Amino acid sequence: MTDAVAIDTGADTRKWGKYLYVSSVVLLCAWVIVPIYFLMINTLSSPETVSSFPKPFFPEFDLGSLKFFAGFAGMLTALKNSVLVAGMTMIMSILIGAPAGYALSRFEFRGKGTFRLLILLTRAFPLPLLALPLAVLFIRTGLDDTAFGLALVHTTLALPFAVLITFSLFSGIPIELEEAAWTLGCNRLTAFTKVVLPLILPGITASAIFAFVISWNEVFAAAVLTIENRTLTAFLLQNLDTSPLHLKFAGGFILVVPALIFIFVVRKYLFAMWGIANR
Amino acid sequence: MAEIQIKNVAKTFGTYQALHDINLTIADQEFMVLLGASGCGKTTLLRIVAGLETATTGEIWIGGRRVDHLAPKDRGIAMVFQNYAVFPHMTVFENIGFGLRMQKLANDEVKRRVERTATLMHIEQLLNRYSGELSGGQRQRVAVARALAMEPDVILMDEPLSNLDALLRMEMRAELKGVLAESKTTAIYVTHDQVEAMSMADRISVMHQGKIVQAASPIEVYRNPAAEFVAGFIGNPPMNFLSATPAGNGKWTVAGETLDGPNATAPLQFAIRPEDMQLADTGLKATAKVVEPLGAHLLVTCDVNGTMIRAILDSDHKVKPGDVLTLAPQPDRVRWFDPQTTLAVA
Ligand SMILES: Nc1ncnc2c1ncn2[C@@H]1O[C@H](COP(=O)(O)OP(=O)(O)OP(=O)(O)O)[C@@H](O)[C@H]1O
Ligand SMILES: [Mg+2]
Repeated sequence: MTDAVAIDTGADTRKWGKYLYVSSVVLLCAWVIVPIYFLMINTLSSPETVSSFPKPFFPEFDLGSLKFFAGFAGMLTALKNSVLVAGMTMIMSILIGAPAGYALSRFEFRGKGTFRLLILLTRAFPLPLLALPLAVLFIRTGLDDTAFGLALVHTTLALPFAVLITFSLFSGIPIELEEAAWTLGCNRLTAFTKVVLPLILPGITASAIFAFVISWNEVFAAAVLTIENRTLTAFLLQNLDTSPLHLKFAGGFILVVPALIFIFVVRKYLFAMWGIANR
Repeated sequence: MAEIQIKNVAKTFGTYQALHDINLTIADQEFMVLLGASGCGKTTLLRIVAGLETATTGEIWIGGRRVDHLAPKDRGIAMVFQNYAVFPHMTVFENIGFGLRMQKLANDEVKRRVERTATLMHIEQLLNRYSGELSGGQRQRVAVARALAMEPDVILMDEPLSNLDALLRMEMRAELKGVLAESKTTAIYVTHDQVEAMSMADRISVMHQGKIVQAASPIEVYRNPAAEFVAGFIGNPPMNFLSATPAGNGKWTVAGETLDGPNATAPLQFAIRPEDMQLADTGLKATAKVVEPLGAHLLVTCDVNGTMIRAILDSDHKVKPGDVLTLAPQPDRVRWFDPQTTLAVA
């Protein structure tokens, strides 16, 4: 008798636990997905629908808002700037980050642990703190208001991640593979290009996309360091109060899309970086 | 001509000394086996010869040329790694052909050599597979084929057959030996399998704690071990030891028996192989403890004055645990070791 009761309550708690679990999952998903969904609906609706009420629950697939967005003065240039800066950031952070990651994984040197810590520490300085001296420095060197100058700043933001992700990638490649290549007629460089690179290429791509997205999403440095050559984030920020609703939606949507794609592409490598087992 | 000379090579990792003053000359076309227990420094020595590790002190000469400062690719060597190191992003064909492509050989030459070595290693039906689709033993054979295809002057092999089953290993052993003899390759072959060492080697270097204890032909290592370690390491079961006290005039007292021995005044270790003792009327008194029939032979573990020794007797003898045997050591097979230095005494 007592046994049955005990089992009952056990099953009950388990059931409640399961409800709680499922509902928190649903809640968390909704938290993320609902705003994105509304963003999408509004982007793909005509400007009139966007300003009306109540809102539809399904997109009309009207490209009016996007057309307006494309036609808005300066918007396409800003988009182009964003792509340009993010592209440069991506290339520079891989070119600088991957060799650093390789060195960290393959060579023993003094202060290696400190170096790894310092890489992360660069993220500890808030950008607003650095923005003013940077702006002054850039004006002096003529880098202000250029895509390259902004890309440099974004590279410093993306670099820690590039180094740490590539470090974990290289560490996953047994050194014996390289050594075997050396004994088979390769020097360090050819062994790298013929053996290591093909093996880590997917991971490198992921870390490149990560750098791209970091630059793409960055708004503060972009707003401070550029005037004419604004990136999309800075441009939208600047025109936020003056622009019509459907323009904001379209701009927001364009900004969100790369980040979403990124999450899907690189989630595996992010888990690897954080040391979480993944499949 | 590819003679290998290892001169005064020592290696320390931090504070740990992995190799102590190694001196070894491997003649052109010789098949040298490095034999030793796990962790004794075999791989380290091989990697120093290959140029994957730098010696702390000492020199490496290959074919009359000092190679210490040369990259692995410039030493005229090929290596089989203990953990295979088969490239996962290439097929078996591409793996075996990798070194040949690096030499910029023509396509049909690459194809010819890859197919020949693959056939040799019995993996010709696996040429289109990726490393992830192979078993450990198959991967190991790919690694060997990849080194053989290079047709190097010197081949360095780190336990290349360790992952094969007994039958295949026996077959590969013979084939590998034949191929290397035919191609006139100088080989250093690392193993901790003494049967492999005995059957393949021209010479065996027995390593112990970072030192080479003895480098000699297999039969010499077996019959005349230079040190107690070698005597106790080689042979299955290994040599028996009994302490002996001098009785003067080259006579020794071993477990109450008087035997002929070297002229010395300090106590020595008497040593004899299990198969070199026969049942006789006079000899060591041994009480049988465990009797293991091995088909042709009986392996008898017995107690001689409190020390356990093993004897291999013909299986015609009827021996039960508890029997007292009289074991006569064959005089020309008896060896003596100095317990102070652990070295053999002539
Ligand atoms: N990179 C290294 N750093 C520190 N110690 C090392 C290093 N490589 C080898 N050692 C040590 O040197 C010793 C010899 O190692 P080695 O790999 O040569 O042994 P081995 O004879 O090949 O053993 P096994 O039969 O298990 O392969 C071991 O004690 C090992 O721990
Ligand atoms: Mg080893």
